[in-house]
Amino acid sequence: MKFIIAIIKPFKLDSVREALSGIGIAGMTVTEVKGFGRQKGQTEIYRGAEYSTNMLPKVKLEIAASDDIAAQVVETIQATANTGAIGDGKIFVLDLASATRIRTGESGETAL
Amino acid sequence: MKRILCNTAALVTGAVMLAVPALAAPVAEAAAEAAPAVAEAAPAVFTPTAEMVNKGDVAWMMVSTALVLMMSVPALALFYGGLVRAKNMLSVLMQVLTIVCVAALVWFGWGYSLAFTSTNSLVDPLFIGGLDKAFLAGVNPGTFAATFSNGVYLPELVFVMFQMTFACITPALIVGAFAERIKFTSLIVFVVAWLTLAYFPIAHMVWYWAGPDFLPTAPDDYGLLWGWGALDFAGGTVVHINAGIAGLIGCLIVGPRLGYKTEPMPPHSLVMTMIGASLLWIGWFGFNAGSALESNAFAALAFVNTFVATAAAGAAWAMIEQIAHKKPSLLGAASGVVAGLVAITPAAGFAHPGTAIILGAVASAICYVFVTTVKNKLGYDDSLDVFGIHAVGGIVGAIGTGIVADPALGGQGWIDYTGAVAVAGEYDMVGQIITQCWAVGVTIAWTGVVSAVLFLALRYTMGLRPDAEAELGGLDISEHGERAYN
Repeated sequence: MKFIIAIIKPFKLDSVREALSGIGIAGMTVTEVKGFGRQKGQTEIYRGAEYSTNMLPKVKLEIAASDDIAAQVVETIQATANTGAIGDGKIFVLDLASATRIRTGESGETAL
Repeated sequence: MKRILCNTAALVTGAVMLAVPALAAPVAEAAAEAAPAVAEAAPAVFTPTAEMVNKGDVAWMMVSTALVLMMSVPALALFYGGLVRAKNMLSVLMQVLTIVCVAALVWFGWGYSLAFTSTNSLVDPLFIGGLDKAFLAGVNPGTFAATFSNGVYLPELVFVMFQMTFACITPALIVGAFAERIKFTSLIVFVVAWLTLAYFPIAHMVWYWAGPDFLPTAPDDYGLLWGWGALDFAGGTVVHINAGIAGLIGCLIVGPRLGYKTEPMPPHSLVMTMIGASLLWIGWFGFNAGSALESNAFAALAFVNTFVATAAAGAAWAMIEQIAHKKPSLLGAASGVVAGLVAITPAAGFAHPGTAIILGAVASAICYVFVTTVKNKLGYDDSLDVFGIHAVGGIVGAIGTGIVADPALGGQGWIDYTGAVAVAGEYDMVGQIITQCWAVGVTIAWTGVVSAVLFLALRYTMGLRPDAEAELGGLDISEHGERAYN
């Protein structure tokens, strides 16, 4: 099993979610986050007082997937969240040691 | 000037520049109607009666009164509240609301009497009134207040209330200068003392006069600046310069916010600021057009000027930002709107709409420079730009009034009330501008000294600031024990 963490632009969330549903991903966790990378921050000006924000809002997706589908998940996110501009985000893949469904106690891939 | 000889025409807040008694002699119409039983030899004693009250005027003035209250709560409270950080939102709302409550009570107690009487003056009737009408003694549905027209009166209670709303909003304007770092109880003590020692005397000096039917027989019965001939239609000096200078002194003595210039302090909700600015604009129609004291063409002139000068100022600020940063901001446009409202206040009933537009745009540009550049260069922390917008815009408006009131530019000039029937005075633009500058100077000096003494006295007694931990945690929790957003 793999644990996939993707940081994407917030406005891409809906299309990524739909694309992942299309390849059989039944659930994910979504968090609004802030961070910085190579994309420059924005400048805000309030009556002449300039504030540069170097932390930009992003969305973090967390998805647990079986080994056979994990590569396809990564490809789908990469293709869907891509705008070609700096700041599109990153995808990280980790090995997942176990998964347990709380309601039934099932574990392993059946719990996904 | 068609209204020169019409004794029922509404006459704007003009000035009695030269109290030449000879002017009063030839005409005695108004006196004749008023005192039928008095012997011909003695000068008639004018007595206003209920028949001189127009129900249309009364209705308009009561609506205007409510509109001006709306400028304080909620408009100013939301305008300011949106500009502070979320942790200080309630402190600003609470300061404005409480100041309105306290000022209304002080106005009832001694404010009206000190501002709008001249008998038994505490010092000198040129500077302040007496206590004859303290706690509204003798004011009842059977007493009347003068307007700007011969033989036209308001119930005195209406005038008391209308002016009360001005006394409520003026000290509330000041809190923006030291928002996010003031001790609440000290602020309220300051407001009571400042109203008494700065607002009431200045209101008296600028606005008090005996009225068009009384001045001919009491040619010295007016406040100092009125007597000089200073023009201030709705309170550029009394309200805006007064509050703006008090704010500047306050923010200098209180000191900057912790973290000023080192950490970001962006407004927490420009949505609320937009709502507040818009309601201010609406309420300002009561403030300016209501200051005609009658429901007539001069109220309409003030109304249209309040509309177009403000529109020009809002557009001007946005255009300047478009040029300077390529991005016109909402806060900029809203700031321009307020700057325009401030600037047109003293000129509202005098200017032609065309010159009002120019005045609004010029004031907006000058305020822009003060707010964005001068403040940063000098380093004072006038958090919400009370000085940069209200004092600066007020000064531009007060001096500009001397220009736009000139009948040669379509203005309304000034009115000579020393005769039995008011007539238009001869307009001297240079002389008027000099008079306006004197009025601005007296206001700045008076309120500057009073504010400095009061703030320093409080700083060394009750203290002006909460401790650092309270300020960093936010005044909502430390001063009021609640949060704006849960």
